[in-house]
Amino acid sequence: MTKEQIRETVFRVLGQIAPEANLNHLKPDRSIRDQMDLDSMDLLNFVVGLHKELQVEIPESDYPKLSTLNGCFDYLASRKNAA
Amino acid sequence: MAEFLMPQLGADMSVGKLLGWRKKVGDRVQRGDIIADVETDKADIEVEVFATGTIEKILVQPGEKVPVGTALAIISEEGPSPGAGPVPPSPSPEHAAPTIPSPAPLIPTAPAPPAGGPRVHISPVARKLAADLGINPARLSGTGPGGRITLEDVQHAAQARTAEAAPEEKIDRAARMRQAIATAMARSKREIPHYYLSTEIDMSRSLDWLTGENLKRSVEDRLVYGVLLLKAVALALRKVPELNALWIEGKATPRPDVHLGVAISLRDGGLVAPALHHADRRSLDELMRDFRDVVQRARAGSLRSSELSDPTITVTSLGEQGVETVFGVIYPPQVALVGFGKIAERPWSSEGQIVSRPVITATLSADHRVSDGHRGGLFLVAVNQLLQKPEEL
Amino acid sequence: MTKLTYREAVRAALRKALRDDPRVFLMGEDVGGYGGAFAVSHGLLKEFGPERIRDTPLSESAFVGAGIGAALGGMRPIVEIMTVNFSLLAMDQIVNNAAALRHMSGGQFNVPMVVRVATGGGRQMAAQHSHSLEVWYAHIPGIKVLTPATVPDAYGMLLAALQESDPVFIFEHATLYPLEGELDEAAAEQMDISRAAVVRPGSDVTLITYGGTLGKTIQAADQLREMGIQAEVLDLRTLRPLDARTILTSVAKTHRAVIVDEAWRSGSFAAEISARIMEDAFDSLDAPVARVCSAEVPMPYAKHLEAAALPQTDEIVRAAQEMVPHHG
Repeated sequence: MTKEQIRETVFRVLGQIAPEANLNHLKPDRSIRDQMDLDSMDLLNFVVGLHKELQVEIPESDYPKLSTLNGCFDYLASRKNAA
Repeated sequence: MAEFLMPQLGADMSVGKLLGWRKKVGDRVQRGDIIADVETDKADIEVEVFATGTIEKILVQPGEKVPVGTALAIISEEGPSPGAGPVPPSPSPEHAAPTIPSPAPLIPTAPAPPAGGPRVHISPVARKLAADLGINPARLSGTGPGGRITLEDVQHAAQARTAEAAPEEKIDRAARMRQAIATAMARSKREIPHYYLSTEIDMSRSLDWLTGENLKRSVEDRLVYGVLLLKAVALALRKVPELNALWIEGKATPRPDVHLGVAISLRDGGLVAPALHHADRRSLDELMRDFRDVVQRARAGSLRSSELSDPTITVTSLGEQGVETVFGVIYPPQVALVGFGKIAERPWSSEGQIVSRPVITATLSADHRVSDGHRGGLFLVAVNQLLQKPEEL
Repeated sequence: MTKLTYREAVRAALRKALRDDPRVFLMGEDVGGYGGAFAVSHGLLKEFGPERIRDTPLSESAFVGAGIGAALGGMRPIVEIMTVNFSLLAMDQIVNNAAALRHMSGGQFNVPMVVRVATGGGRQMAAQHSHSLEVWYAHIPGIKVLTPATVPDAYGMLLAALQESDPVFIFEHATLYPLEGELDEAAAEQMDISRAAVVRPGSDVTLITYGGTLGKTIQAADQLREMGIQAEVLDLRTLRPLDARTILTSVAKTHRAVIVDEAWRSGSFAAEISARIMEDAFDSLDAPVARVCSAEVPMPYAKHLEAAALPQTDEIVRAAQEMVPHHG
């Protein structure tokens, strides 16, 4: 799976959670949660969405690695390629 | 025969716009079926029916805006039909009867106004609708016999009021929701004598248990700590049931079922507080499922009528990002609101040691007409105790 | 489907009951040789013989008492009382024995007796033969009171009454006997006598009646329809036990009620209905409940005076019109 495919998936899942948000304005190295005003339920839905789309298990202890866009891309790429 | 009425989806709703029907005349409906969509100031709502039967007549068409309580459709209910068929008119021809003068009424139709203002001459059903819609009957002129204000007079007044308000249609949903919240909150602060209590709760046991539990679970089945808070509140209400009540017509009516209203903020502004039904009787897994579902639907704008109309108490949580303490404003006609701040690592005294613990501040805003501080305190203590035994929730 | 009169429907039900159940017999004044005061039992003496079609002396107290005794002894008596005015002579037997014995014996005895009573005015029979005193019987716990107003009910209610284990009074309004109607015997034999009937559905006002005034009430509803008022007509069918639910459901829909009752207004069954509506549907009402009843005089003999004393279609129309907005 290419980095571009992972990127597309992350944006698609975020879009489902917050359809009204403008994802193009997100800064890749800042907290997604702060920028989009997500709560814990949104975060859970985000992780569930990623799990469904990419078929990767994401333990709760890894949640902090998903806090920025770049973090998401790196973490998911490594999980996907390890799998 | 049952009427399907425009529901009151929250204390602040007086009119609703019918967006569309999901059933047509002749269709069978069952109690609980979603049969119509209604637009309120807050959201588009899926409206459920409370009768089982067949839609006999549709009275209101999509696009129409009508007051709460207006019949939208007639549903013929099931039941054994009586054996008698229609009857041909009586064959015995009677002479045209001379008019029998009806006896003069024993009570003069316009009694002298008692001290303290004239009595309003209004029918019971009209009086009730006027009260529901917040219309002052003294300002209406009656068209019934003897100038009595009838149901139709109140309906006309409500329509006129809606027509006056029509230009507001152009204002967007967010502004209307702001207005609706303003109305409800102003009423709450005007009418409800609030008292406030707060307590700090050590969340380490709950969070440890949750971490262990979530390790065993796949992503989809994981729990958030908010569900533990909700369940603890629901169970604590059994100990102090007077907080789970509605203030109706000047007195508190205890509610047998716990329907937790969960305050959900919408990203484009405003908030809704749909109900999680029977929260005290749901397992954590069921409650989690309900919670996720309702949050998602709240944000997608597809809540159901029963969820908006029947919460018996509200829980608000400002989440992990925000502040430590929230003292909420009660949503009438409820009589209490429970608040949670964020979980923060704090110095905590335990067995003579100062340790660092994740601590959450739980607050109670309650209606002093209905409960007192002592009982409110017992409630927060019960919430705390329940959260120390998360495995039993 | 058979087309027949109300009188023939009662006779057909009597014939069926006499054929089907050897415990059933009919007794009353002139039911045998004369064929009944209203010719209901015409021909039955010839068919079933004097053992089962029994003429009685002119003593209502005696033959109603005999009916109670026969019922206690395991029979299924049908007692005919010529008019409700005469039934007053049997009131002691009815109230103190028939209605009370099950209660007083702790359930050891019951009285499965059916009493058919002709009632009502409109036939120039004057003040000793024309009143509507059903309400006095509907006042009494322990008996059922049926008021068939249609051909199917005339047939089906008698057969249903014979299935009951306690006394049942059937009030037959005497102007109904020549009424013609369609009868589906099989359907009528299965009828539920516990429910009032919505004879005409409507949304603006509920017209509630029973027995002899149903026809006038339906005529009134037809006239109201032409004026743009949709009246719902309820036939109570059974006065005790009363099907209040059907009444309340209708009033909750229409917000207005007119009760049509051929009895005198004071202390009438219409008063009972009005009270029930006030108690249980107060917040549905958009107008005071109205009653159209007979004038409070002993029934006059003269035709025009009798017509003036009885409830008539135009009064029902007027009462409904006055309470529906913009039609008063």
